[in-house]
Amino acid sequence: MLPFSLVRGRDLAGLAACCILVGLALIALMAPWISPQDPLAQNRTDQFLSPSLRHLFGTDEFGRDILSRVIHGARISLVTGAVAVLIGATVGVPLGLLGGFAGGLTDAAIMRVLDFLLAVPAILLAMVIIAILGPGSFNAMLAVGAVSVPSFARLTRASTLTLKEREFVVATRALGVGPAYLMFRTILLNAATPIVVQIAVTGAVAMLLEAALSFLGLGTQPPAPSWGSMLNAGRSFLYQAPWYGLFPGIVITLSVLSLNALADALQTVVDRSGAGRAAGPERTA
Amino acid sequence: MARYVLFRLIQLLPVLLLASVGVWLMIYLIPGDPAVALLGPDVTPEQIQRTRARMGLDRPLPVQYALWLGRVVQGDLGVSYLNGLPVTTMLAQRIPVTLQLTVASFVVALAIAAPFGIASAVRPRSWIARGVTGYNALAMAVPTFWLGILLVLCFGLWLRWLPTSGFVPFWQEPGRALRFLILPAFTLGAYVSAVLARFTRAALLETLYQDYVRTARAKGLGERPVIGVHALRNALIPVVTVVGLQFGAFMGGAVITEAIFDYPGLGRMLLQAILTRDYTVVQGTILFVVLAFVVINLLTDLAYALLDPRIRYS
Repeated sequence: MLPFSLVRGRDLAGLAACCILVGLALIALMAPWISPQDPLAQNRTDQFLSPSLRHLFGTDEFGRDILSRVIHGARISLVTGAVAVLIGATVGVPLGLLGGFAGGLTDAAIMRVLDFLLAVPAILLAMVIIAILGPGSFNAMLAVGAVSVPSFARLTRASTLTLKEREFVVATRALGVGPAYLMFRTILLNAATPIVVQIAVTGAVAMLLEAALSFLGLGTQPPAPSWGSMLNAGRSFLYQAPWYGLFPGIVITLSVLSLNALADALQTVVDRSGAGRAAGPERTA
Repeated sequence: MARYVLFRLIQLLPVLLLASVGVWLMIYLIPGDPAVALLGPDVTPEQIQRTRARMGLDRPLPVQYALWLGRVVQGDLGVSYLNGLPVTTMLAQRIPVTLQLTVASFVVALAIAAPFGIASAVRPRSWIARGVTGYNALAMAVPTFWLGILLVLCFGLWLRWLPTSGFVPFWQEPGRALRFLILPAFTLGAYVSAVLARFTRAALLETLYQDYVRTARAKGLGERPVIGVHALRNALIPVVTVVGLQFGAFMGGAVITEAIFDYPGLGRMLLQAILTRDYTVVQGTILFVVLAFVVINLLTDLAYALLDPRIRYS
């Protein structure tokens, strides 16, 4: 279990990251019950109130409570991260497995397409996908998911290539099992550790990308509270309400910092166990 | 060397072809008539007819692609439906603007990364090294868009030292241009500076324990020439790769940085084009970015040979 390995390894940063992420997940889960006010409730008389006991993070241009919006925004950010990673892994892992296992023309074809996808900076690729699908929260998730496919596929392919020559795989093959069993039971289970690290890395990149897309007005649309779109709105009122641009940014940075630290900690645990190394997708936001 | 360059150029063709297919296909993936997608909402039936004929929409798809590619190769990327300008002209206006920003942020990134990376490698257990590690972690986690907002808040609105938006061509008024460039260049360069500092440190740490560095020390050279001449030059090779690979980060970051600072570059143009569904402009910009990325990767490879006399391409 990861927490125990972290305690044993005295990995304070990793432990802190775990706590922050669990805290964020809890906040996201319980958002409707713990947020002090309705994140969408407008109150014209409360415009741009600075942080106080009644509004800990202040209010925005419509008099909405920023703390409540940040709490509800955690849901959007975490859900986007999770959905994007899920898409990336469910498409990327089988692709990499297939390419590495089949080799030859199949492998070459898959790799060339991935090369092309990697040649376009992640956020630009996501923007192109949104240009086709149209702006919106769900389309942003799809775009971010699609962008994370290549890193999963490449990682899985690399592990598959080394694993398929190992004795236990050759032995299993000699027993006469089919290729599907070999790929998904024998090889995939043994390639799982670096993929888990990759999930943490991709999660961080995905949250950042979603925030960047919403910041540009291409992701979650107002009035839904998303950290990126809050920053975008706050940008116009920096002078009247500096807190508007501060708090959502602090939360984004904290979550990305934690996910990065968690990925490092996981990598240390994986290194100790002797499995392969995960390759991070390029952060381009 | 010439043969190697030629070989690499031929290797680039499949990637570029694939990219062109992807960019071309975009128009067909958008729901509705591709001709209408290209022309925008306010068009006459005659215009649609003409564009349909030009695109050959009644012909098989491969023929349509060949027609399109033929025009692109001749430099005809189509016309923006919003302002009627050829996309090539629009690109030509925006490229120098974004180039000015990326070069400036690249200089900022290097100016931070080189001293940070070297100091933390030469004194690995000092407080400087710890400070650099902290800076790196932070600079890699702070989103570009938030960093930009913080800088605007701090240096633009509170201290009032620097302008918070706008663009002045460097080739017209270098002094004023620099004032306008400082905040966006730092916003865009911060992340890359952390990546570069990490790599410089790792690469330098590795070379510092090589035999030839020990020999250089043993023959009585001072620390400065040992690090500056012997170790650093060899440590530069992996760093150059990273610099080349960070081009993607620059282009992606430029979209956000340009949005924050109202900077009229390629990124802003692309964002505007996506928001207004000006698809010819989207196609042209993406095609240019992929081409630039591929060419820069090639140049990175060739830069190896210049830095490391042991690498000879043949």
